[in-house]
Amino acid sequence: MSNQYIIFPVLFQLFTAIVLMFFWTKRTAQKFISMGGSVIALGIAVWLFSTVWNGGIFTMQAGSWQAPFGITFVADVFSSTLVLLTAISGLAVSVFSAGSVRNRRIKFGYFPIFHLLLMGLNGAFLTGDIFNLYVWFEIIIISSFVLLTLGGEKPQIEGSIKYVTMNLLASVIFLTAIAILYGLAGSLNMADLSLKIPEIENQGLVNVTAILFLIGFGIKSAVFPLYFWLPASYHTPPPAISAIFGGLLTKVGVYALFRVFTLIFVPDEFTGNLISWIAVFTILAGGLGALVQTNIRKAFSYLIVCHIGFMIAGLGIYTELAIAGAIFYLIHDITVKTNLFLVSGMIFKIEGTYNMRYMGGLYRSWPKLSLLMAIPLFSLVGIPPLSGFWAKIFLIEAGFRTNEYVVIAFIILGSFLTLFVIARIWAEVFWKKGAELPKKEYVKYFFELRRAKQYAMIIPIVLLSAVTLYIGLGAENIVAVAKVIGADLMDPSQYIEAVLGNSNPTDAP
Amino acid sequence: MKTIIFKTASTYLLPILLLFSVFILLRGHYLPGGGFVGGLIASIAYVLHSFANGLDRTKDVIKFHPGFLMPVGLSLSLLSGMAPLLHELPFMTGLWAHDPVPVLGNIGSALFFDIGVYLVVVGVVLTIIFTISESI
Repeated sequence: MSNQYIIFPVLFQLFTAIVLMFFWTKRTAQKFISMGGSVIALGIAVWLFSTVWNGGIFTMQAGSWQAPFGITFVADVFSSTLVLLTAISGLAVSVFSAGSVRNRRIKFGYFPIFHLLLMGLNGAFLTGDIFNLYVWFEIIIISSFVLLTLGGEKPQIEGSIKYVTMNLLASVIFLTAIAILYGLAGSLNMADLSLKIPEIENQGLVNVTAILFLIGFGIKSAVFPLYFWLPASYHTPPPAISAIFGGLLTKVGVYALFRVFTLIFVPDEFTGNLISWIAVFTILAGGLGALVQTNIRKAFSYLIVCHIGFMIAGLGIYTELAIAGAIFYLIHDITVKTNLFLVSGMIFKIEGTYNMRYMGGLYRSWPKLSLLMAIPLFSLVGIPPLSGFWAKIFLIEAGFRTNEYVVIAFIILGSFLTLFVIARIWAEVFWKKGAELPKKEYVKYFFELRRAKQYAMIIPIVLLSAVTLYIGLGAENIVAVAKVIGADLMDPSQYIEAVLGNSNPTDAP
Repeated sequence: MKTIIFKTASTYLLPILLLFSVFILLRGHYLPGGGFVGGLIASIAYVLHSFANGLDRTKDVIKFHPGFLMPVGLSLSLLSGMAPLLHELPFMTGLWAHDPVPVLGNIGSALFFDIGVYLVVVGVVLTIIFTISESI
């Protein structure tokens, strides 16, 4: 079915960014516009999700150019779920930014760029054209590069050089892959490619292209062996920015992997095994990396890598159940990782350091806040009935059904490593008796902040924790969504029919 | 580079180059040209003027901060893209007036999109170049 309005999540973010640019010098106004815009964006995302959930897949042909030739935007359950999660995380981070980001950064256009980043994310989730996907990736990279370097501190610049180098390399590989694919199939529309790829005689070259896509998206989603840029850069910007990076940026890569490897290339035995092994090593590398970190944000960054492995493992097993499990994990991971980085920002504001050796006694001094922070920490480990538990159950069950015992072993190992890291953070940060640190002059501590700013930092964590609790306690609803997405991805005929089947007669006048 | 020849030439080059940029902008839909190139040429006109007469004089000519053109151009492009939605057509569908206007030719929503691009390019390039030459 065609629906002109499914592009609104993208357009509205652009609109918000433009309005914010008109208020370039007015910092307080920017905060309120950003928050208001994020609330409306959440409303649009909820509308999109409910429309798609009730009415099936919707498409929009940009500029009225018909499907294989023009750029198609497709809203199926997978993409609209991710748009919804982007809106939720976006709202949380926007409110948190209003409370915590320094004026010096806001002055250089923090909020407009933030909304352009969200626009890029929404665009990447909604597009049905592989080259357009590349364009959205570029928008995401450019905005994230600005956000990463904004403020110009030395570690920020160092981190962003690694970040940009690796991401540009990934873009080059991605673009090369698109070029080869276009040369082979003569089309860039993903639904059209899905039909044309099996008919190509030179299947060897198709497999090589698939591997190129795997490398390109793999670098972007930080899988083994090219994950090292992530822990090197994600701990450098302000916590609000790390939150949106940690929650959503690597997940775009995962989204693209799922989309491309279910719709365009169906993995053969070699590619499937390759993905599984990559997943296994990603879990191992991330988990072991997190063990030795003393900087809490670095530990969380390595945990991102570790948990990307879980999702890739779902893709490696490649059954409907495994994909559904991986999707559930994706939904859980976006909210929890965003929340964790916000929590790390909160801890920094209270303690004045990110190094967990010097922290301590948080539970004694801020008991209610500590209980709040426990929700994302424990659901990351997957303590039942919190949200991480259900996702892992599905993945492990899918592994047993296909006898992928190595993958199961590593998922369990990864969970134990996560448990160990989180338990250590809990013991060091919250329970240990803290040393008295000399007060730093340039840090504005939490208790020094005004009431409104304190609430602006607490409310997003409450919001995301509530979502996490809902994912855990209302798991049957999320499972229903994940199963529908799993079924959609494994059988793309509905998607193809929605894109190519409708010949809507709206020609340009 | 403040030679008298350059200075005198730049006073004439500024309007000519600006006119040329508008020409390039307008021929853009079917022939080589368009908002991006036109915007670059327009900003080159001002850059040339600033080389010859100094940055302050050029700023006096422009009268407002060029960065202001960015949101203006972006909103023009966004609106021209969204205009088809009023007619229940998909985003970015070209809407065309029935009768061609003399000199300009056919007018459509694509022209306004291109004008938006033109303004954004002028705004971005001038902001970058002015900021860099101020900090030297």
